[in-house]
Amino acid sequence: MSPMISRGFRRKHSDVGSGAVPPGQYVTGDFPVLSAGPTPRTSTATWSFTLQDLDGKEFFRWEWSDLLALPASQITVDIHCVTKWTKLGTRWKGVSFDALIAAAGQPLPGSHVMAYCDGGYTTNLAVADLEGGKGMIAYEYDGSPLAPEHGGPARLLVPHLYFWKSAKWVRGLRFMAADAPGFWEALGYHRRGDPWKEQRYDGD
Amino acid sequence: MTATEAAAALPSTGRIAWREAEIVEVIDETPSARSLVLRVPEWPGHLAGQHVDVRLTAEDGYQAQRSYSIASAPERRELMLTVERIDEGEVSPYLAGEARPGDRFELRGPIGGYFTWTAASGGPLQLVAGGSGIVPLMAMLRHRAHAGRAVPARLLVSSRNISAILYRGELDALAAGDERLSLVHTLTREAPADWSGERRRVDADMLRAHAFSPADQPRIYVCGPTPFVEAAATALVGLGHAPERVRTERFGPTGGQA
Repeated sequence: MSPMISRGFRRKHSDVGSGAVPPGQYVTGDFPVLSAGPTPRTSTATWSFTLQDLDGKEFFRWEWSDLLALPASQITVDIHCVTKWTKLGTRWKGVSFDALIAAAGQPLPGSHVMAYCDGGYTTNLAVADLEGGKGMIAYEYDGSPLAPEHGGPARLLVPHLYFWKSAKWVRGLRFMAADAPGFWEALGYHRRGDPWKEQRYDGD
Repeated sequence: MTATEAAAALPSTGRIAWREAEIVEVIDETPSARSLVLRVPEWPGHLAGQHVDVRLTAEDGYQAQRSYSIASAPERRELMLTVERIDEGEVSPYLAGEARPGDRFELRGPIGGYFTWTAASGGPLQLVAGGSGIVPLMAMLRHRAHAGRAVPARLLVSSRNISAILYRGELDALAAGDERLSLVHTLTREAPADWSGERRRVDADMLRAHAFSPADQPRIYVCGPTPFVEAAATALVGLGHAPERVRTERFGPTGGQA
């Protein structure tokens, strides 16, 4: 079926190279916020990040100062929200998944993780989508501490997937032997969410 | 309703198909917002609070997608969207300006299973809207009216000025005949001399005065621009409402207008 033309609709912005943006996305200079509930405000004095095994048993924990002491990475990447906006060239600092796992110094208990967060949010990820420099625990955005509405004190950053995978207010990873849906994934969103394949919803 | 319960209530999997929507009526709601009444063949139905993805295709093949909340009750056969025109935008000036009855575009949905309310899930129902954030909340009130108005409900709406209030006449009519529904407007910029509503941004004092108290254990839905939702949701939690009872939907940039 050829696409249906909407009478009188035309492109308004021609300044963005179409190759830069995944299908169905548009570029914004703003930094919109999507959250299902109120913004939690967790003090770095009580913050911790834990790794849990397949039984949900904690096997590693970092306090805030421990996290800051780990080797940091800085990246500049484009981010893509499933609600259609893309923001180009965002600058982040944090600890890569690789550095975290190296510091834990133990074999990975499973092929997938469920990220869990203050406020009860969860999202599922394959380890393959985190390792090799693909994912980090980010605590700085654009040179400043990450603001609470953007997920501070620390959020997951997995920029090659839709941004709901970059869970705000992240507090840990629970390893899983197989994939299982997190919060939005159980509500009809795609299990993996690759923006270049336009995997927005279940079945895409 | 937890996420898992909500997922169980959703129609089952399979790709959410693009459907052809035809505009059957346009309604100018305010100087900058317009409702589109759509005929969507084989629309699978929706819950109040859900949204759709809209895809427009230009003659040269260029496509643009956006998300819009559904304004109509699930009980109504046609789908209604209300679109606020953003002048520098690409899609909203078309939908809220150029488009007219008989025009068609693609649409898919319904999307989103968390920011939803059904009369069966109960109340009391506390709605807090900033500007066009009222759209999904209007679907909830329209659904409530269809379902018999049994659930106590309160709506607090913040608008820039009186001409920017969406659905004003319909809201007044809903509230006039319904002692279980209370409606409070606040205007953040200009107000008429004889204005009897509130006259400032939504804050904790206003929510304490007009919203259900934490003891009533309301289900709370807050929708609007990001700064509005941040302020209102933070104030609600500060008043003692459990964070998990406060569902939010934000749009637009982090800073800027209300």
